[in-house]
Amino acid sequence: MDKLRLVVVGNGMVGQRLLANLVAADLHNKWSITVLAEEGRYAYDRVHLSEFFSGKSADELALTDDEFFAASGIDIKLGEPAQTIDRLARTVTSASGATYAYDKLVLATGSYPFVPPVPGNDRAACLVYRTIDDLEQIYAAGRDSRRGVVVGGGLLGLEAANALKQMGLETHVVEFAPRLMAIQVDEAGGAVLRQKIEALGVSVHTSRNTTEIVDGTEHRHAMRFADGASLEADLIVFSAGIRPRDDIARACGLGIGQRGGICIDDHCRTSDEDIYAIGECALWNGRIYGLVAPGYQMAEVVVSHLRGGDATFTGADMSTKLKLLGVDVASIGDAQGATPGALSWAYRNEADGIYKRIIVSSDRKHLLGAVLIGDAEDYGTLLQYSLNAIELPPHPDDLILPQRGESSAKGLGVDALPDSAQICSCNNVCKGQLIAAVDEGAMTLGDLKKATRAATTCGGCTVLVGQILNRELEKRGVEVSRDICEHFPFTRQDLYLIVRAEKIQSFDDLIARHGRGRGCDICKPAVASILASCWNDNVLAPSHAKLQDTNDRYLANMQKNGTYSVVPRVPGGEITPEKLIVLGEVARKYSLYTKITGGQRVDLFGARLEHLPDIWRELIDAGFESGHAYAKALRTVKSCVGSTWCRYGVQDSVSMAIKLENRYKGLRSPHKTKMAVSGCTRECAEAQSKDVGVIATEKGWNLYVCGNGGMKPRHADLLASDLDDDTLVRYIDRFFMFYIRTADRLQRTSTWMDNLEGGLEYLKDVIINDRLGICAELENEMLAVIDTYQCEWRVAVENEERMKHFRNYVNASTPDKTIRFVEERGQVRPARPEEDAVTP
Amino acid sequence: MNLCQSPIAMTTETRWHDICPIEELQDDLGLCALLDDAPVAVFRPGGQDRIFAIGNIDPFSRASVLSRGITGDLKGRLVVASPVYKQHFDLATGDCVEDATVSVPVYPVRISGNILQVGTNN
Repeated sequence: MDKLRLVVVGNGMVGQRLLANLVAADLHNKWSITVLAEEGRYAYDRVHLSEFFSGKSADELALTDDEFFAASGIDIKLGEPAQTIDRLARTVTSASGATYAYDKLVLATGSYPFVPPVPGNDRAACLVYRTIDDLEQIYAAGRDSRRGVVVGGGLLGLEAANALKQMGLETHVVEFAPRLMAIQVDEAGGAVLRQKIEALGVSVHTSRNTTEIVDGTEHRHAMRFADGASLEADLIVFSAGIRPRDDIARACGLGIGQRGGICIDDHCRTSDEDIYAIGECALWNGRIYGLVAPGYQMAEVVVSHLRGGDATFTGADMSTKLKLLGVDVASIGDAQGATPGALSWAYRNEADGIYKRIIVSSDRKHLLGAVLIGDAEDYGTLLQYSLNAIELPPHPDDLILPQRGESSAKGLGVDALPDSAQICSCNNVCKGQLIAAVDEGAMTLGDLKKATRAATTCGGCTVLVGQILNRELEKRGVEVSRDICEHFPFTRQDLYLIVRAEKIQSFDDLIARHGRGRGCDICKPAVASILASCWNDNVLAPSHAKLQDTNDRYLANMQKNGTYSVVPRVPGGEITPEKLIVLGEVARKYSLYTKITGGQRVDLFGARLEHLPDIWRELIDAGFESGHAYAKALRTVKSCVGSTWCRYGVQDSVSMAIKLENRYKGLRSPHKTKMAVSGCTRECAEAQSKDVGVIATEKGWNLYVCGNGGMKPRHADLLASDLDDDTLVRYIDRFFMFYIRTADRLQRTSTWMDNLEGGLEYLKDVIINDRLGICAELENEMLAVIDTYQCEWRVAVENEERMKHFRNYVNASTPDKTIRFVEERGQVRPARPEEDAVTP
Repeated sequence: MNLCQSPIAMTTETRWHDICPIEELQDDLGLCALLDDAPVAVFRPGGQDRIFAIGNIDPFSRASVLSRGITGDLKGRLVVASPVYKQHFDLATGDCVEDATVSVPVYPVRISGNILQVGTNN
């Protein structure tokens, strides 16, 4: 039997989702499927299009690949747009003249950007923002432009503005309406949004009706407005809304809405029952849905209908949460408060640029809509109230007012949600489906995403999905084990308290009393770190050396080829010319690759194990100490030059940094820690990206805690202001020791604080108000560590027995032949396998 | 000390290489020795009467570093963790715990006088 023929016109996000759903339903084996795609590339993620300008490639945005089409047997014709439909013959003809017969046809032609019909809109460097080709044109035009203007202050317009800003252009937004995002946001919200966006350096012009575009004098173009004003620009991007692409449907006589759009019924069928339309080209109940989630729902409905199912499209929620130009914006349901009798509550914080408003039914029982600007954290909870008609608490404004101090969390417990609650609106996943996936064995967020596709598109529901997962696992009695490893039925915090309480001095003693087996590469270094934090014995002492990771064991950082890097301490980043010369001489003598680190030190790479003792003897003779770059310990205290030299400095940040670095150097902790001291609020030392950041004020020092750079950067929070030197040091002592006492293994200070019940406020209470009555203890523990500080390298080179561990071969003195270098830019680097090595 | 539980067949052609005086091998601190051209890691897990020798090259990074890893046990198997990407290798068989398709060579060990020796089969 011949297969039935299905032709799909369009390979955008919705068209591709249709294909994926067809394959998931095994219809690709029953139908012969052909796709006609206008663009020369596979479907890509238009939701994250502006990331193209922050470095994402077209490939990274792709939603599918050759493999999908090869495996499914779906025939895709790229760069082959459909041109006419012959409904009698049931064929589609493409622009190249090829004809494709169909039994069923799906139109997923999407939309095109609306360009206002003003004279001059077709000048060079007047572009639209829709496809990757458009972006490439914008990018090319942006290179010789200084000022860019986006016409359109809606959601897409602000996305486009973000792109121009990322290209480094002076960016303007011109909007016809009196406010930004007039559809999704109310008047006051629009004002706050404008204020935030202008603070980011984007100029906003509202109530501006462009009448023509002509030659400019300073810039390429001049835009003239109806009110007589004008604005010059080198690059103009139209992003003033979308229009459905219904031309081929119109030409073959399908039903079309008055203002465009291919009319569809609840099964997404057009006026011809063999032709479906889905996505932004489709008009359902007089409405076009310009978001991806309703398009995905339509794709599901079509697949169901092709299989004889009875799924229907009955409209979609248009709530949305976005980050536009870095500003959180969310809109739920009746955001304008248009429902008769509706009541509203609003919270407006001009200092921080936050605006929140909720629209509530006249009986105060149900949430009808909401607008959130500047802080959209409540979006998930509010959306659930709205979608599931959950009865509101007696004071609905509790849902949007900021929570301070210790008042209870306002989040809606996930148990309160019905199984029908839609959790992921992009992929239409409800709570019941997540629970079913857990029943079928999903144990992690990754499992759940794979099984249900929840949280895989915009990611806005990730937290909620995680909460449901944890709650469901909990209900099933699945205990998420927090034991450090198979050798100890304890967490790191438990082990720390045991070591302190029982004054345990060695790993062997600890495992004999409280563990089982012989230990492993998880518990051994963790216990070694605890022992060092508590008693500060030398890490290479006979009972401790075998516990250490290779970096601690050889007091240097192992690199990919088995050589080590060496980082001497440079307190506060201050170094004399003499010492700099010694670093250079040592590096030259041992052929080391040198690089300046982010922590204001010099890293010397490529040291062979057997050279480490000689290198360090020379460094120690010149007055250097171990920099502990190899340890989970306090690494550096970065500083700016401060009031000593700088015209703006208000305190001596270098002296303070040196004092702090010498106080805490080598302090072992659950994760590496970093500090910085800035001499004024200009913050040149980037102290707010450190675990402990100190910023000078006219009156003393502000203390920031729990920031970090790295994979997930986080700004530090202000713990206390205007401290004198002694109080500053006391607070830092307490902070570090409290962290060492209570953090998990490899837990950074930021995640540690996030997991403390009560967070920053609690931490302030413990450290400033001594809520737990342990501050004196913490300070004493810190003093004990400081008093027993020794430079680990000085101790090592003075110990002949210990030096034996730095032999590469115990039975030979030949150099390790597996270590191979080549030269690059005047220094060595590890040779790649295919490269010939040079012998330095 | 009973050293001859080694799973590796010792043929008549086994050549024995001197490594070091036995007291230089400390519990749970590996040493690296060169056998002809092959680097070998030697371990004595703490509290054990056995000494193990495996290839020193980490198959994942190709660096000669396994002797510098942390020893321990995982579900009863004696292992060393590679210091580079942390995979575990079974000291008795050389098999990688995380990837059954990867292993390192294992070598027989004996003590002659007070000298630790590792054998190679030619």
